[in-house]
Amino acid sequence: KIETLKVTVDFLKVPLGLKKPPLKEALAAVPGPGRSKPLGLERHKSRRSDNMDNESQYSGYSYKSGHSRSSRKHRDRRDRHRSKSRDGSRGDKSVTIQAPGEPLLDNESTRGDERDDNWGETTTVVTGTSEHSISHDDITRITKDMEDSAHLDCSRHLGVALGVALALLAFLTPLAFMLLPQLLWREELEPCGTPCEGLFISVAFKLLILLLGGWALFFRRPKAFFPRVFVFRALLMVLVFLLVVSYWLFYGVRILDSRDRNYQGVVQYAVSLVDALLFVHYLAVVLLELRQLQPQFTLKAVRSADGASRFYNVGHLSIQRAAVWILENYYHDFPVYNPALLNLPKSVLSKKMSGFKVYSLGEENSTNNSTGQSRAVIAAAARRRDNSHNEYYYEEAEHERRVRKRRARLVVAVEEAFTHIKRLQEEDQKNPREIMDPREAAQAIFASMARAMQKYLRTTKQQPYHTMESILQHLEFCITHDMTPKVRGAFLERYLTAGPTIQYHKDRWLAKQWTLVSEEPVTNGLKDGVVFVLKRQDFSLVVSTKKIPFFKLSEEFVDPKSHKFIMRLQSETSV
Amino acid sequence: SSQYFLSFSTQQRIEIHKLRQGDNLILGFSIGGGIDQDPTQNPFSEDKTDKGIYVTRVTEGGPAEVAGLQIGDKIMQVNGWDMTMVTHDQARKRLTKRNEEVVRLLVTRQSLQKAVQQSMMS
Repeated sequence: KIETLKVTVDFLKVPLGLKKPPLKEALAAVPGPGRSKPLGLERHKSRRSDNMDNESQYSGYSYKSGHSRSSRKHRDRRDRHRSKSRDGSRGDKSVTIQAPGEPLLDNESTRGDERDDNWGETTTVVTGTSEHSISHDDITRITKDMEDSAHLDCSRHLGVALGVALALLAFLTPLAFMLLPQLLWREELEPCGTPCEGLFISVAFKLLILLLGGWALFFRRPKAFFPRVFVFRALLMVLVFLLVVSYWLFYGVRILDSRDRNYQGVVQYAVSLVDALLFVHYLAVVLLELRQLQPQFTLKAVRSADGASRFYNVGHLSIQRAAVWILENYYHDFPVYNPALLNLPKSVLSKKMSGFKVYSLGEENSTNNSTGQSRAVIAAAARRRDNSHNEYYYEEAEHERRVRKRRARLVVAVEEAFTHIKRLQEEDQKNPREIMDPREAAQAIFASMARAMQKYLRTTKQQPYHTMESILQHLEFCITHDMTPKVRGAFLERYLTAGPTIQYHKDRWLAKQWTLVSEEPVTNGLKDGVVFVLKRQDFSLVVSTKKIPFFKLSEEFVDPKSHKFIMRLQSETSV
Repeated sequence: SSQYFLSFSTQQRIEIHKLRQGDNLILGFSIGGGIDQDPTQNPFSEDKTDKGIYVTRVTEGGPAEVAGLQIGDKIMQVNGWDMTMVTHDQARKRLTKRNEEVVRLLVTRQSLQKAVQQSMMS
């Protein structure tokens, strides 16, 4: 305890407010138990490059991902062309879903990587795994480019531009309808008093409502880029387009050509268009938002690596939208994927390795011999009495005990560390040199718990997920919000249990690596029995659909007066 | 070695001569059960849904004991009247008719007999 206090005092001696020495050096200067290695910092970096090296798995349609709200009509047509020309692959279709902010590597690599000769045109279709290996520096450069610069993808901009153009057209058309007669044949128009003014006001407000509603519904930041056209949006764009075009047709023929004098009729015509647009907006709300709210299916998502599973209720969604929904929930429901926890301890596995060796006497034959050999080995191994389950059991028990011991030490260390700090009250008189802000307070008490923390994280194999910096930040956060030792519960809960993936650093999210694998086209709606897989490099999420059962509720009326009771009789009578 | 018990039921006919005590004629036993009673409380019945009339107590030295009635007997008939589907009160009334001095009961009795002792050779 004296040593930990000495560490605290040493920290306080450091001139605060000027330039704080980096924590590592400060700790290195202090002897004793305050030393802690950077918790897996270097390992963290190397893991990132491992992930990046294999990140080049594409399928046929994947580069089309990416889209903001608006029109898919154009892309719909292109898709249809494309799918007609490529109809061998009716089987497994895999498409990539990405988070926004990153177009696919192939588009960027045309600019960035000189070694890739094959990535000439942007219409390249790549199937299977790419053979190129891109070095770490290239990757960091490319990702920086992608994250900093704006989207330069042509097709995305085209889609957005088309949508905006259509919206503007629809918005300005009623105004044009009303203004054109005034501009062109003003003198011939009949005067139109109060009814027209009322109609003008209603048009103005309806257009305002349409504007706000359209903004709320369509112009939002995309949360994911879908591999395929969003069918309902495309449908709506087509509908709006047809509506506006037909209105213009009639307007051109009946009003412009014949120079209709009845201005009130013209204004009413414009108002009817605005009403029709409002109804289309209502349709959009129902199709895009409301239909999926009422639960119709239960999706079971199972992680292939360790079997963690969850159930979700969704409404009518297409497969791609259901996939994004599952991913959104995955990041806050599933405990983080920790591959280190999955393997059997080595001592157990090594025993299994020593099996039977089969020697073949005589000449080598063809494959018949080898299959016979392997079958013999398997049969012999099955018959032999295998005690590895015993080893596994004792190893597990030992591990449990070790974890509990380390955890107890950690809890005590943290509890004690927190007693060294107190929030500054108004009545305390302290000179400014002794007053610390949360960051400094965190650094001050971190040293005393660092060793216990590191040992605990190492035993539970969590050390790649928590760098020293992240622990300090969390400590600072806890100190800021509550000062009593009760906070050690909140401080420690992050480390004692494996939390959901979203709790950890962004590098752990790997949100841009998901691939949707489905036997049916991904714009199909969900049906009972549909199975699709969301693949990532290290594991996959298998999602299966079940229809929510149809409940037949029958009614039974119970008269409140019908609740009557009697005693249970056991009489005994003597005769 | 293992022992086996054989459980079987026998029917007995028992004739009880009532004893006069003051103004009453008593038989010297108590009954339990009836279709209006809770059959699961009956300690003597094999089948816990049996709502028949059972003899729950036999007074020492009373007419019932003398006649051979035993505790746990199920009364099937009293003087020809059926007792398997009667309420408790109806049973009492049929047993205590004032003008009858003798009641003839048909009872069912469970017995256990030790079967032949066998020894199992291992």
